[in-house]
Amino acid sequence: MKALVFERSLPRFAAARVAHVLGSSSRAASLGPLRLVDTDPPELPADGWVHVRPLVSGICGSDLATIEGASSRYFEPMVSFPFIPGHEVVGVLEDVAKPDDRSPALTAGSRVVLEPVLGCAARGIEPPCSPCARGETGSCQNLAFGHLSPGLQTGFCADTGGGWSTGTLVAHLSQLHEVPASMSDEEAVMVEPAACALHAVLGAGIAPGSQVAVLGAGTLGLLVVAAIRQVCDPSSLLVGARYHHQRVMALELGADQALEPEELARALRRRSRSMLLGVDLTGGADVVIDCVASSDSIRSCLAMVRPRGRVVLLGMPAKQTLDLTPLWHREISLSGAYAYGTENVGDGRRRTFELAMELTRSARLGRLVSARYPIDRFEEAIAHAASAGRRGSVKVVFDLAARPPRSSKGRSA
Amino acid sequence: MSPRPGFVLEVERSTPPTLFWHGEGFRLERLPAGRSRVIYAPEPARALEDPRAAIRHALDHPLGDSEPLRAYLRPGMRLTVAFDDVSLPLPPMQAPDVRQLVIEEVLELAAEAGVDDVVLIAALALHRRMTDAELLHALGRRVYDSFSPAGRLLQHDAEDASNLVHLGCTDEGEDVEISKRAATSDLIVYVNINLVAMDGGHKSVATGLASYRSIRHHHNPDTMRRSRSFMDMHHSELHSSNWRMGRLIAASGIRVFQIETTLNNDTFPDSFGFLQRREWEWSLRDRASFLASSSALERLPASLSRSIFHSIRSPHAMSSVQAGEVEAVHARTLENVYAQQLVEVEGQSDVLTMGLPYICPYNVNSIMNPVLVACLGLGYFFNLYRGKPLVREGGVVIMSHPTRSEFHPGHHPSYIDFFEHVLAESTDPVEVAKHEEAYATDPWYVHLYRTAHAYHGVHPFYMWYWCAHALDHLSAVIVVGGERDAVRRLGFRPASTLSDALEMASDVVGPSPTITHMRTPPLLLAGVI
Repeated sequence: MKALVFERSLPRFAAARVAHVLGSSSRAASLGPLRLVDTDPPELPADGWVHVRPLVSGICGSDLATIEGASSRYFEPMVSFPFIPGHEVVGVLEDVAKPDDRSPALTAGSRVVLEPVLGCAARGIEPPCSPCARGETGSCQNLAFGHLSPGLQTGFCADTGGGWSTGTLVAHLSQLHEVPASMSDEEAVMVEPAACALHAVLGAGIAPGSQVAVLGAGTLGLLVVAAIRQVCDPSSLLVGARYHHQRVMALELGADQALEPEELARALRRRSRSMLLGVDLTGGADVVIDCVASSDSIRSCLAMVRPRGRVVLLGMPAKQTLDLTPLWHREISLSGAYAYGTENVGDGRRRTFELAMELTRSARLGRLVSARYPIDRFEEAIAHAASAGRRGSVKVVFDLAARPPRSSKGRSA
Repeated sequence: MSPRPGFVLEVERSTPPTLFWHGEGFRLERLPAGRSRVIYAPEPARALEDPRAAIRHALDHPLGDSEPLRAYLRPGMRLTVAFDDVSLPLPPMQAPDVRQLVIEEVLELAAEAGVDDVVLIAALALHRRMTDAELLHALGRRVYDSFSPAGRLLQHDAEDASNLVHLGCTDEGEDVEISKRAATSDLIVYVNINLVAMDGGHKSVATGLASYRSIRHHHNPDTMRRSRSFMDMHHSELHSSNWRMGRLIAASGIRVFQIETTLNNDTFPDSFGFLQRREWEWSLRDRASFLASSSALERLPASLSRSIFHSIRSPHAMSSVQAGEVEAVHARTLENVYAQQLVEVEGQSDVLTMGLPYICPYNVNSIMNPVLVACLGLGYFFNLYRGKPLVREGGVVIMSHPTRSEFHPGHHPSYIDFFEHVLAESTDPVEVAKHEEAYATDPWYVHLYRTAHAYHGVHPFYMWYWCAHALDHLSAVIVVGGERDAVRRLGFRPASTLSDALEMASDVVGPSPTITHMRTPPLLLAGVI
């Protein structure tokens, strides 16, 4: 099978990093540790595992950071090489699955989306760690242990394969969610990032009547807007978005106002009728969700949130340098939001992916898929994904069922 | 030789290119021959030979139902001298400023009469507070040093509830609320600079010393649409409202001794002399000055060009001074303004072109932001008429200005939000007005207005309302050489060149449109018959 394989190679890491700093993601993809190779499909690690043939696989911000050498070294113990990236996957089940009491009844040919976290169930660890026992698989404590090589998710583990291949990956049944026949591949590939957004929103403590701001309106920012509209009741929802198409989409998904990022603080000041102390609002938003996670964006969020408000980092921050004095002085809560698991909603608890399926359909999130590329054109695809905002796009995906291309341009969805 | 009156030039093939202001620069443009005309302002009126003597004469020989100033002055009285702020004159004039000359004479008489309780108030209305340097320039060292350290030089604070007094409502229900210090004085002496016909009269006190609660009654889209134009007080609802308020102030027992001055059209110093001479009369020196300044300005960053222009001090000279009862004084003032600025023009055209300069009343020592560009073009220049607008109903205005999306954060904080927020939703003045109250009462803007040098939060709304009559009247507004995004945010159309703009205008008003170009400043007022 053809697959993009990410190998451990310090010189190639360095080359990718340099290309990234120079602003060329396609060069980072071609010079870095990512290679398009012919390789064998991964073997089933144990009972309860099945083969899945990817149909569509998304390119995520964390994938780009890895390819560009911009990812934090924090992840090193939770990754095993070589691995095939791709954790936003919709695919077809190749094997006859034997259901157990924790897994869905699936048959060969079923379309599935992958919940990529490789938690205790996938790793054969009994009894599971406390978070996994509570269904909070995103917080699994055993990401490097059990019968699998280290890997926080499929797409970062040497044993599982990943979505960026034309063959198969292997998935534990607990990772799979059947896709309804009425849901398109474009919608289905948005379920995993939508689950991330929902998890962040549901954990943000957005009380009814709150003022909420979202900074950044790439894929995650837009999904957060949709999620807030689905599961919360804010008095106002403002979005700071760099590009025009992002602002248009944010409004379509339910934002009350979509502005240039530098306008966001001024709009919040007006709405909250705050004063300014330097750059910090004396009032501001109750909750700000940072989907950029740079030192500048975090500082902006700290300035825009009210004293004792909350800033949620949904973007992957890597190493940042910033002055946390306002956080200390204004008693702001700064929390991270990673992945998904099980959420408290209404009177009960539900898997985030179930909620994400509903959100994807109700908000028609398939429209966020802007371009599909065959895997042979991975350098173009990665360059496109890295400059999606500038190019008027949102989500860029690999179309793994695609035939070799005739034209040189990606196919618009 | 008498100064020449204004002039309307019919453009022919042999006519030299016409100078258009373009922000901190100028352009020479060729207007289509046979269907274009250019209106030139009258030459500068004769300056008063002895301004101080003229002022003393005016104070001793008041107009209307008024005693000479000295007759009102007595020991133990409260005297408030209010004066126009930094928005006048334009450009700021070379020292000594007219206000200094007048106020020194007034204070001299007050001192002779033994008046001790004298306060000076800059009549800011909702404008920004003046800086110390600006006050010093307007008043002169002697007055400034006598009053400022003693805390007797004040700037009107329209948000200081404890220092405002509500005098009642006019028969049209308009609140009249003005400075308590002024209202409780035995005499208000108002020192005005009547640069254009809109200034002065009852507007001086009724607006200059009033609160938002009061000003809102005449600064709104409806009033502005019914002011045709506000350079013609007899057809201006803005003035009718101010006159009702002024008469209520008088009826409340508050005595106002009005001193109005007019300035001549001598607007630019010699180094920019070509700006006030007609192109075909340019000397070799004028041509050289134009070429040198144009090419230098093109190479300079905008901020440096701005500094150069804002350092210009106009050689304006006082052409008249009159004092006494407000209405009688203002009637004489208007005669003098018209004598200097009025140009008779026959009929309207399809297109009106105007080159907008670097300055308007609200960006002295500051930045001309896009909202002010709109206001200067559609609020001020469009309204520089008596009778009928220079452009026909359904016509097009073409303005030349860089229209940069730049704002002075200290002077115009609410303008930034107005541009980003309000104009993004609508450019219809009535729709815009729905946001007015929120901006007018925003505590941050109020704080900056009162303690820093910011225009009141509501001020950008007023700028937009000033455009209301023009926006109603015109089919399109085109900006030549402006930043495209900023121009579009204003609801206008961007064009790269004047010929592109004229072609775009033809799509609206039909082929081969007639064109009028206002060659101003120097200031002119078109009497359109």
